[in-house]
Amino acid sequence: MSTGARRALVVAGLAGLGLLAVWAVTGLPDFGHPIGRYGVLAPQVALAKRHVTDAVGGVTFDLRGLDTLGEELILFCAAVGATVLLRAERPGEEEATEESQRVPPRPAGALRALGAGLGGPLLVLGAYVVVHGHLTPGGGFQGGVILAAAVLLVYAAGQLIGLEHVRATTLVELAEAIGAAAFVIVAVGGLVFATAAMANFLPFGTSGSLLSGGTIPVLNIAVGVEVAAGITLILTELLGRALFDDREEDS
Amino acid sequence: MSVLPYLVAVWLLAVGLYGVATSRHLVHLVICLSVAQASTYVLLLGVGYRFPGRAPVFADLPPGTSVVDPVVQALTLTDVVVEATVTAVLLALTMRVQRRFGTVDPDQLGALRG
Repeated sequence: MSTGARRALVVAGLAGLGLLAVWAVTGLPDFGHPIGRYGVLAPQVALAKRHVTDAVGGVTFDLRGLDTLGEELILFCAAVGATVLLRAERPGEEEATEESQRVPPRPAGALRALGAGLGGPLLVLGAYVVVHGHLTPGGGFQGGVILAAAVLLVYAAGQLIGLEHVRATTLVELAEAIGAAAFVIVAVGGLVFATAAMANFLPFGTSGSLLSGGTIPVLNIAVGVEVAAGITLILTELLGRALFDDREEDS
Repeated sequence: MSVLPYLVAVWLLAVGLYGVATSRHLVHLVICLSVAQASTYVLLLGVGYRFPGRAPVFADLPPGTSVVDPVVQALTLTDVVVEATVTAVLLALTMRVQRRFGTVDPDQLGALRG
């Protein structure tokens, strides 16, 4: 089928789909006046029963926690899949060409100064967003991306992250696995300590304080670790492992 | 117009699917897929919006005030991060395709080759 014919077929098909979709959305309730009861009850239950002030966090990790468990595992599998795909491209040539490929050109002084100045605050901001996910907007997913951005900022500023006794890439993989496993363990903990899987089995505390919401802050931290490590792992592989100083240390 | 946000979602979906079907570059195709996924976010958030549009955070609101639906926001926020990682997998596949077949034009990648 020629390109022109395919394009005409696509346009015709999408026009039909568009007409059906427009017919469907004109039958929805008016924008701003939804008729469902779940949207009204969910914040009330999250505040009254779980003592969390951020209803979105309460819904994500408790009322609809099973969906988040699935999404978390999708994220884990996607990170592992991208890593496998990208690592299969470099058979056996890593040690020889790593030295020559790793050193990027020296970045501008302003970028290096910004990286030095903002690296620490960005880490603190990411940790804050992760930990306060059940009180104010934020949570594990959002804070995890901020933490990964902190690692990327250090790389963009021309520095490499090196650790003494363990390879940095190993630590990142370990962190991702631990985050995903922690989420599943807490979900199973609901099965063991309470009525059903993903049940909230820790004490709820007073709403507004950091230690409230039962398992919700714990799940937030697990997701934060997992998302940060997963995105860092993907970036590491896409950049050819240039983020970390993974030379073999003899200490 | 009270149905405009939903029409935006329909338009995004149509444009994204058109881009996927007629793309000449795999990276462009992956980005068009992201556009089609963005249409679902617009639709979800549009369905959940409730006037007067206060955020569902009770840190500074008295309990019981009418807020926006938080369930669709929860679905959307997990979806955004998952979409980013799935896009990363697709781009990694694109890099493998480039290395294996030497081209990233979907029109020239029609045949299955071992």
